[in-house]
Amino acid sequence: MPKRTDIHKILIIGSGPIIIGQACEFDYSGTQACKALREEGFQIVLINSNPATIMTDPETADITYIEPITPETVEKIIAIELPDALLPTLGGQTALNTAMKLKEMGVLDKYNIKMIGADHNAIKKAEDRKCFKNAMLRIGLDLPRSEMAYNMEEAKSAMKKIGLPVIIRPGFTLGGTGGGIARTEEEFEKIATLGLQNSMISEILIEESILGWKEYELEVMRDRKDNVVIVCSIENFDPMGIHTGDSITVAPAQTLTDKEYQKMRNASLAIIREIGVETGGSNIQFAVNPKDGRMVVIEMNPRVSRSSALASKATGFPIAKIAAKLAIGYTLDEIRNDITKVTPASFEPTIDYCVVKIPRFTFEKFPEAKDMLGISMKSVGETMAIGRTFKEALQKGLRGLEIGHIGLDSKQSYKEIPDEKIKQRLEEPNASRIFYVKYALQKGYSIEDLHGLTKIDPWFLENIKDIVDLEKEIAHYKRRTKKKNNLPAGLLLKAKQYGFSDAQIAELTGSNELTVRNYRKRHFIKAVFRLVDTCAGEFEAYTPYYYSTYETKDEVRLSKKKKIMILGGGPNRIGQGIEFDYCCCHASFALKELGYETIMVNSNPETVSTDYDTSDKLYFEPLTFEDVMNIIDKEKPDGVIVQFGGQTPLNLARRLEKAGAPIIGTSVKSIDIAEDRKKFSMLLKKLKISQPESGSTTSTKKALKIAKAIGFPVLVRPSYVLGGRAMRIVYDEGSMLEFIKEAKEVSGKHPILIDKFLEDAIEVDVDAISDGEITVIGGIMEHIEEAGIHSGDSACVLPPHTLGDDIIETVRKYTHSMSKALKVKGLVNVQFAIKQNTVYVLEVNPRASRTVPFVSKAIGVPLAKIAAKVMTGKTLKELGFTEEKKVNHISVKESVLPFSRFSGVDILLGPEMKSTGEVMGIDTSFGMAFYKSQIAAGQALPKNGKVFISVKNQDKRNIIFIAKKLEDMGFEIIATKGTYKALRSNNIKAESVGKIGEGSSAILDYIKKGEIKLVINTPSGEKGQSDSKPIRSAAVMRGIPCITTISGAQAAVNGIEATLKNDFQVKSLQEYQHRINVV
Amino acid sequence: MKAFIALEDGAIFEGVSFGASGERLGEIVFNTSMTGYQEIMTDPSYKGQIVTMTYPLIGNYGINKEDIESSGPKVEGFIIKEKSKITSNWRSEKSLDEYLKENNIIGIEGVDTRSLTLHIRTKGAMKGIVSTIDLNPKSLIKKAKNSPGLIGRDLVKEVTCKKSYKAEKILGTRDIPRLRSGQEGQGTRKKVIAMDFGIKYNILRCLMGAGCDVTVVPADTKAKDILTHNPDGIFLSNGPGDPAAVTYAIEEIKKLLGKKPIFGICLGHQLLGLAFKGKTFKLKFGHRGANHPVKDLKTGKIEITSQNHGFSVDINSLNKEDVELTHINLNDNTLEGMAHKKLPVFSVQYHPEASPGPHDSRYLFKRFTDLMDTYAKKN
Repeated sequence: MPKRTDIHKILIIGSGPIIIGQACEFDYSGTQACKALREEGFQIVLINSNPATIMTDPETADITYIEPITPETVEKIIAIELPDALLPTLGGQTALNTAMKLKEMGVLDKYNIKMIGADHNAIKKAEDRKCFKNAMLRIGLDLPRSEMAYNMEEAKSAMKKIGLPVIIRPGFTLGGTGGGIARTEEEFEKIATLGLQNSMISEILIEESILGWKEYELEVMRDRKDNVVIVCSIENFDPMGIHTGDSITVAPAQTLTDKEYQKMRNASLAIIREIGVETGGSNIQFAVNPKDGRMVVIEMNPRVSRSSALASKATGFPIAKIAAKLAIGYTLDEIRNDITKVTPASFEPTIDYCVVKIPRFTFEKFPEAKDMLGISMKSVGETMAIGRTFKEALQKGLRGLEIGHIGLDSKQSYKEIPDEKIKQRLEEPNASRIFYVKYALQKGYSIEDLHGLTKIDPWFLENIKDIVDLEKEIAHYKRRTKKKNNLPAGLLLKAKQYGFSDAQIAELTGSNELTVRNYRKRHFIKAVFRLVDTCAGEFEAYTPYYYSTYETKDEVRLSKKKKIMILGGGPNRIGQGIEFDYCCCHASFALKELGYETIMVNSNPETVSTDYDTSDKLYFEPLTFEDVMNIIDKEKPDGVIVQFGGQTPLNLARRLEKAGAPIIGTSVKSIDIAEDRKKFSMLLKKLKISQPESGSTTSTKKALKIAKAIGFPVLVRPSYVLGGRAMRIVYDEGSMLEFIKEAKEVSGKHPILIDKFLEDAIEVDVDAISDGEITVIGGIMEHIEEAGIHSGDSACVLPPHTLGDDIIETVRKYTHSMSKALKVKGLVNVQFAIKQNTVYVLEVNPRASRTVPFVSKAIGVPLAKIAAKVMTGKTLKELGFTEEKKVNHISVKESVLPFSRFSGVDILLGPEMKSTGEVMGIDTSFGMAFYKSQIAAGQALPKNGKVFISVKNQDKRNIIFIAKKLEDMGFEIIATKGTYKALRSNNIKAESVGKIGEGSSAILDYIKKGEIKLVINTPSGEKGQSDSKPIRSAAVMRGIPCITTISGAQAAVNGIEATLKNDFQVKSLQEYQHRINVV
Repeated sequence: MKAFIALEDGAIFEGVSFGASGERLGEIVFNTSMTGYQEIMTDPSYKGQIVTMTYPLIGNYGINKEDIESSGPKVEGFIIKEKSKITSNWRSEKSLDEYLKENNIIGIEGVDTRSLTLHIRTKGAMKGIVSTIDLNPKSLIKKAKNSPGLIGRDLVKEVTCKKSYKAEKILGTRDIPRLRSGQEGQGTRKKVIAMDFGIKYNILRCLMGAGCDVTVVPADTKAKDILTHNPDGIFLSNGPGDPAAVTYAIEEIKKLLGKKPIFGICLGHQLLGLAFKGKTFKLKFGHRGANHPVKDLKTGKIEITSQNHGFSVDINSLNKEDVELTHINLNDNTLEGMAHKKLPVFSVQYHPEASPGPHDSRYLFKRFTDLMDTYAKKN
C-alpha cells in the first residue's frame, strides 16, 4: 500500500523534560520519526519543551516549537500551523495524554485533524482500566482477577472472592499513595480503609496478587493491512512486583518453551487487533505463574516506549522509524530492513546473543528515601550490554553501570554480612539486590533458597552461580602470583567469556589491570567484535553495529578513512543526562560533515547516539578503560573525543592517553589543571582573577583547619564528581565532620574540596568555544536562584537580566583569559559568582556542559558541532563563528525535579544536584519566558487565588515588594506569624496561620483542600527546614508550585504579571533564529 | 570431553561434547529460531543433518514429553554455544543432556556457533562430521568429504512409519490445538490419509483440530491402496532430504492428482512440484527458522512462518497454465506455496503447523477442509 496522499503536514508531540519514567528514549524515537517522515516528503511540526534533545534541533523538524506541552499551547500551534494529522504515539504518556485532551476539547475535530498511528478509541481502550479489562475478556484472555470497591463492605466481599493475598490500589490518589499488598485479613482491613480514605472518589481496586510471577514483555508492530510482527521478547530478571523500568531485563525470553512463547505471541496479536492500534508499535506485558504456567495480561502501551527503544537497540530493528512509516500508509513488506538491505521489515528479528539491561538508580541523592523497589519507577537511567551469553552480558552491564562496580564483584566481603541482612536484602527488592544474590551464593545458599527468597527464576540464579564458582576458581591463583600472572590461559579465556573484566581478574589474583591486559594479549586472548544484524547471521549485514565478545572471528570491517572516536556518557544519571548525549551526537554529525568516519562508543540504549544511523560505526560497549581500549586497538582512530560525554569519558582521559590513545581537543594536562584545585588556584592567581577562598586535602584534620581559616559557611565536596554529588554547604564543625565522611566514600582517594560559600551571590554560567587562538562566548546565563544551589537545579536566563554591563564585561574578559591560559580547544564552561560587584570564578570545565544544548538553541548556533570541528584543527574563523551572538528574545531554562517519586524527601534545593531534566521557555520578555518555563516544568503559576508565604528573617525585607505585587494582582495572602507581621506593618493584607512546628496544621488543611495555589517558603536553619517540610511535601504531591528562594519568587511574580497582561503567544524556533540572523 | 566439528571444505570448529559420544556424519545446517530446540531436534526432516542453533543459550527450559514432534530426536548431531546447567520450567522433565544421552545423539557445546553459521552462509550448507573420538582434523575432514551427502539420497525411508496407524492412537485427543473459531472444519469429520515422509506430530494435531480423522500410511504406499480407503482428502507430509530421490512417491502422487483433494507441506510440496513436472533445486544454505516472511499472493497478507527446508521448487520450471503461485518468500523470492488451477491440489513449502514457530498460517488447515467440502459437494 503506497504512502497516504491525503495528509501533508503532521504534528508530532514530544515528551517534554526528562523525568523518571520518561527519559531520552523519546528523543530517540521522536528524532527517528521526524527523519523518517521528512524523508517521505511530509512537513513536520514539532512541539517539545525540552531543549536538550536532538529532536528540537532546528534541522530535525520543519517547524519546531519549544513551548510548554499543554493542550492549550498545542491548540495555539494548531491554529497557526493547521496540520492535517497528529501522530501522538511517539512522545510517551505526555503526548498521548495531550492528544486525548485535544480530542476531548474538540480541537482535533474543529481543525479537522486526523490522529494517525493510534486513534482516540484505541488509546482509551488501552489506557482505561475498565475498558482494557473488558476488551481482554472479550478475546478470551486471562487477567489478574480484580474487583472495584467503593466501601468496606464491597471491599471485603471482593477480597473473599479473590482470596488473599491481594493488592489494593486506590483510584485517583496523588503520587500512588495508600495502596499495598495484604496477606492477612487484618492487613487487608487496614490498607483498604486507608485506600478508601486516600482515594478522592473513595474507590479501590482489589486485585489478585501475582507478585513473584515471571514477567515478560513483547514488542508488537502492526500495519494497515493487519500484518503483525513481534520485534522482541523480554524476560524480567526481577519478577512481578517491581516496575519493569526498575528491573534487570533480558532479551530474548529465556525460560519459555516454544509452546508458551507462541501462546504469548498469539495473545499479543489478538490484543493489538482488539485494542485497535491501527499502525505502529505497542508494548504488551504478561505475567506467568511459574508453578503452572498460567498466563495473564498485565497491560498494554499503545505507543513506543522505553522498552521499544531497548528492543530496537537489542535487535537492530528501529521500531520508531518503522512505526512512523507505517503511520503514513506503508506496510511492513514495503519497508526495507536497513541492516540487511535485501530483506523486508515484515519479519521477526532473531538474535544470536543475549542482551541485559540494568537500571541505574540514584538513591544516594535522596538519603531520606529508602532504596526499596516497587510498582512505582525510581531509576533515572539504564545501561544495556550485549554478550554471547547471559553471564557475559550481565557482567558487562554491571561494569557499564558506572556505580563503581567492575562486574559482579564484591564490594563487601560476604563473611562480614550478617545472615539477617542478606535475607532482608533478598526478600525486599532493592537497588543492590543482585550483589546480595552473589553474597548469598558465596555463603552457600542454594538456588532453591534464593528462589524462595527472591522469586528470581532459577535459571538466572544458576547463571550467577556459574560466575561465582568461576570467580572462586580464579581466586585460587591469588597467592602464587605477585606481579606475574600465572592464570592458565584456558581459565583466563573462560573468565573473559563469562564477562570478567581485566580489573576484576586483577583484583581476584592480586595483580593489576594492565598486567592482566598485557598477559592476556600475549596469550592472544583478545576481544572480537560481532555484528548486531537482526537475523543471527542468516543474511549479510551492512550496518556496522558491534558488540565485543571472546570468540574466534572478528567481523569489523576496517576502512582506510580518517576516523574519530566519540566516547558517550553511559547510563543517564542525575548530573549526566541527555545534554551530553546531544553533544556526542552533534560531534558525530559535525565530523561526518568534514568527511571523517565517526565511531560512537556508548552503553545507553535510550539515546540517539546509540542509534545505528547516528555515526558511521556504533560500538555498544561499557565505557571502561578496558572496553574502550579494545576498540581503540582494533580501529586505531586518528582522534578520540572525551569532551562531550560528561564526566565518564573525562575520567578515562588520562589512562587512555597514557595507553597511547590520540585524545583530541583540550589537552589532558589542561583538564587536569582545571580539575586540580591547587593548580587551578595558581593559574587564577597568575591571571589575577578572584576565587572564593578555598583549600583541598585528603585528611579530615586538615579539612577542619582549612574550614576554620576560611570561616563558615563553607562548601565541601569531593573532586572528580559530576552533579555536585555529596556536596554540601556547612555551617559548623559538627556537620563538617559528617560530610567529610560521606565525601570520602564517594570519591575515594581524590581530595576533598573546601570553598568559602558566598551567601546571596548571583551565579552566572558561561559556555564558550576556543580554538586555541580566539575564544567566542556562546552564552552568558544568569541564575535565578542564588549561589549555593547547584547550577543544574537552578533556573537561568539568557541573556542576563539584572547584571550590569561592567560585570558582564568582566565575565567575558575572565572567560577569554582562562580559556587562553588553559589552551582550550573546544568547549569550555565557566561558573562565576557575583557578590557586591566582585566577580569570582567558581570553576572552569574544559568540556561540554549541561547547558550547551540550551545555549545553542537560544542563540541559534550549534556550539557542540563547531567545537567538534575545532578539535580537529579547524579555526573559529574558518568556521565563521567569531563573535558572540546578540539575541533580542529571552530564554529561560528551568529544571525539573523528581521529588514526587521519593516520598519523605525534602524538596529544598542545595549544592547537590537533584533534577532529572530541564525545559526551556522562550519569549520576548523575561516574565513571559519564565512563566512559560514554569508551565513546561509542570508547575504552572496561578493567576489568582491564595498564596501562602513563610520566609526566614533575612528575607522579610525582600518579600514585602513581592507580596505587594501579589496583592495588587488580586491574590489573597496567608502567612505565618513572623511573615504576617512584616506584611501587616507594610500595609499588606494577609491572613495569619500557625506554624507547624508550633502544633498547628491549619496550613496543611488549606493545601489538602486545594485552596492554596502557590507556596513561597524560605525556611532557615535545620529546625525551620524540618518544621516546614510537610508544607512543601504536601504542595509538591499536589502539583502546587512551591518556591523556596526569594529570587525565584521574584521571577514568579514577574511571570504572573506578564501573563495577566497578555495571554502568551507561541513562536517557532526557526522564526526566532531567523530573527537572530537578520539582526 | 573435547569434540570437533569438521566440514568438507576443511573448516574445523571445536567444542565440548554432551549427550552421547562417538562420531556422526551429516549435512551441517543452522536454525535461527530462538525457541523450540526440542521440536527441532525431533523433527524428522532433520534426518541426515547436524543442526547448529544460532541462539546461544539452549536447554534452559529442559525437555518435556508433550513437545516432541516424532518418536524421538532425529538430528544426527546438535551444536550449540552454551548448554544450560539446570532446567527451569514447570513442564520440564529432564535436561537436554539426559535426553540426548538416552537417545544416543551427540551434542557439542562451547562452539563459536556464529562463526560456524557465517561460514555456512557464505560457503553453503555442506557435508560435515562431529566426533568425540577422532580428534585428528585431517582425518575428520577426509571422512566428511567421503560421506554420501544429501543429494540423490532417499532419507524418507529411514523415518517413515513401517505400518499405517490412526493418528489419535499415537497422540490421543489431548493437546489438540483448538484452532481459532471459524477455522474448524464445517460439517462432519473428514477422513484423511496422510502419507508419512517423516511427518511431524503437530501436523497431525492440526489436522485433527481442523476436524479430520487421520490415518498415517508409509511413504511407499501405493495410490490405489490409498484410494481404496476412499478418503475425503490426502495429505503429503514433510520429510528429510532430496525430493528427487523419492521417485516412488512421486509416481504414486501423480496417480493421485485429481482423484482426491490433496494438501502438501514441505517435502510434500516439493514432491507435488515434481509430480507437476517441475524441478527442484538445492538452496545454498536453506531456510531454517521461525521468522521468515511469506506473502499470500491472493490476499497480500504477510505470514511469519516456520521453515525447515534445504531444497526448493523452481518457480520457472512450473507450467503456469496449470499451476498458480500462491505464496512467495519475501526474503529471497523463492516459492513458498502453489495450487493447481484445475485440480483440487495445493501445497506450501513452509510449516503452518509451526512447532516451533508462529501460528500465523494455521488457516491452511481450514483451507484444506474447505477444499474437501467443496470437492465433496461437486462430486
